[in-house]
Amino acid sequence: MIERRPILDFLSHVVLVLGVLIVFFPLYVAFVASTQTAEQSALSPLSLAPGGEFVNNYSTVLFKGAAGQVTAPPVLHMLWVSLATALIIAIGKISISMLSAFAIVYFRFPGRGLFFWMIFVTLMLPVEVRITPTYQVVSDLGMLNSYAGLSVPLIASATATFLFRQFFLTVPDELAEAARIDGAGPLRFLKDVLWPLSRTNVIALFVIMFIYGWNQYLWPLIIATDTSMYPIGIGIKTLISGGDSAVEWNLVMATMILAMLPPGLVVVVMQKWFVKGLVDSEK
Amino acid sequence: MAAIHLKQVRKTYGAGAKAVDVIHGIDAEIADGEFIVMVGPSGCGKSTLLRMVAGLEEISSGQIVIGDRVVNDLEPKERDIAMVFQNYALYPHMTVYQNMAYGLKIQGLSKSEIDARVQRAAAILELGALLERTPRQLSGGQRQRVAMGRAIVRKPAVFLFDEPLSNLDAKLRVQMRLEIQKLHASLRTTSLYVTHDQVEAMTLGQRMIVMNRGVAEQIGTPAEVYARPATTFVASFIGSPPMNLLQGKLTGDGASFEVSKGNASETLRLPQPLAAAAGQERILGVRPEHLLPILDGSAAQLSLEVELVEALGAELLVHARCGEQALVLRCPANVQVRTGQRIGASFGAGDVHWFDVKSTKRLG
Repeated sequence: MIERRPILDFLSHVVLVLGVLIVFFPLYVAFVASTQTAEQSALSPLSLAPGGEFVNNYSTVLFKGAAGQVTAPPVLHMLWVSLATALIIAIGKISISMLSAFAIVYFRFPGRGLFFWMIFVTLMLPVEVRITPTYQVVSDLGMLNSYAGLSVPLIASATATFLFRQFFLTVPDELAEAARIDGAGPLRFLKDVLWPLSRTNVIALFVIMFIYGWNQYLWPLIIATDTSMYPIGIGIKTLISGGDSAVEWNLVMATMILAMLPPGLVVVVMQKWFVKGLVDSEK
Repeated sequence: MAAIHLKQVRKTYGAGAKAVDVIHGIDAEIADGEFIVMVGPSGCGKSTLLRMVAGLEEISSGQIVIGDRVVNDLEPKERDIAMVFQNYALYPHMTVYQNMAYGLKIQGLSKSEIDARVQRAAAILELGALLERTPRQLSGGQRQRVAMGRAIVRKPAVFLFDEPLSNLDAKLRVQMRLEIQKLHASLRTTSLYVTHDQVEAMTLGQRMIVMNRGVAEQIGTPAEVYARPATTFVASFIGSPPMNLLQGKLTGDGASFEVSKGNASETLRLPQPLAAAAGQERILGVRPEHLLPILDGSAAQLSLEVELVEALGAELLVHARCGEQALVLRCPANVQVRTGQRIGASFGAGDVHWFDVKSTKRLG
């Protein structure tokens, strides 16, 4: 649709700018608060001018850890825990779902339809629903307070399997046959043909799954009892103490800003391919 | 280089009561270096048979022998074949060079050997300037050439073509047809070529297998198949426009043939009496080009009413009616006929084909 209407252009820009302002204002407030002293950040109304404590606040949370309800480890360590689990979850989800979709689409084995539907049905069972039995299993296996415990139960993914299956079904059969005649075995075909063809899908999935893993809250909350295994999401919560002691809002805000950076970075860096993967149907 | 033997090859889908036979026992011997075309209407099983030779479909029973090996249980890569697909099936993310080199890379050939083979194939197919492009940057004809290049570099014993030209436009198809002929003339590799286009079958094949409903109706050189079709199916499938087939009965003296269709019946005089078959029901076939129009009312063997005249430039196709039976005549462009005219027609004794009514097989 190409229309030249200056008033419409102007109006739509106004709407866009308003939308951006509404989204960014809280982020700005958080940033401003993170550069002030604890007293300044507790004032109401909050000053909207940045303060002079930027370096001090950030180095405190990053390396020393702020004192809250529970003494949390330094943010740098929590960022590392979050990054590791999010990466294991994203990469694990992609590898497992790609392999299972490959099996379902390209191999004829008894119960193929049944397995597909079983995977599909698990879509109806999110972590929250199966959290008690899953906790029991993880705890019996001695995986509490470990990276495996934080990530492995979240790796199985019906959504990603389904997406890969749909993509593989659009790849012409002749391509698989040509590869067979060229002498490529199944895994070689997966690696040399399907993998490069599904690269944009993989990147889109990676972004979504990374953020999914990064934003986990409920699962780490019950699995990580040792503060050294706290991911950043839980870390923020521990900084906000209830009861008597004062909350150091400047440090809370600094931690939050730091927690938002990695997923933001992933989206910004990968958005070009991300959009392509979601929109592009051409192969 | 290898000969191919098909021995009672059958294909059945499903099992038990629901089993469907799609190939009903085909026997064929293809000599080393021969170019064989399998032709037939869609659904006749020709592609299935080709895919069985390639190893992409299982063989339900019978044997396929390539060279001196029974290949029934061999993987496609072990059969020493190369296949060109209808939709080319090029790897979309690889360049032309990589597409051709992929199979060789898997075979574990050295880089220099791969390069030599690819460069040579590219030279034969004039792809030299396109080696660094990806398939999506190529035209249909160029993609087809890359697909053939991918087959050539493997130096297989057998080339398999699955309707390779059907996605091309008419002009390009004629050009590629010539190139395939030249290619075969220089490489002399045994080739099996599947098509539904009888022109391709006639021009490309040294011999052809005409298939219908999973049965090989006739195997022979294009000239043989055209001159002596083994069944009415072959007679009507090969040749454009197809052979005129008239069902009727020979008169008591064997000198005339009574064509009856619907309520009308017309008698036509045979060029040579067939006393041996007097009184029998038969199908008579005459090719459109063997029916000579007679406009001056002199001794004609049958009389026709012209329904439609198609002028093709070099010749005329005259669609006419003999009683209720439709016929086509192929005449020189200078013949003066018009719609609605009554004309006569004659044909020579050697141009008559007789077929059995029940079995539709050729008689004599």
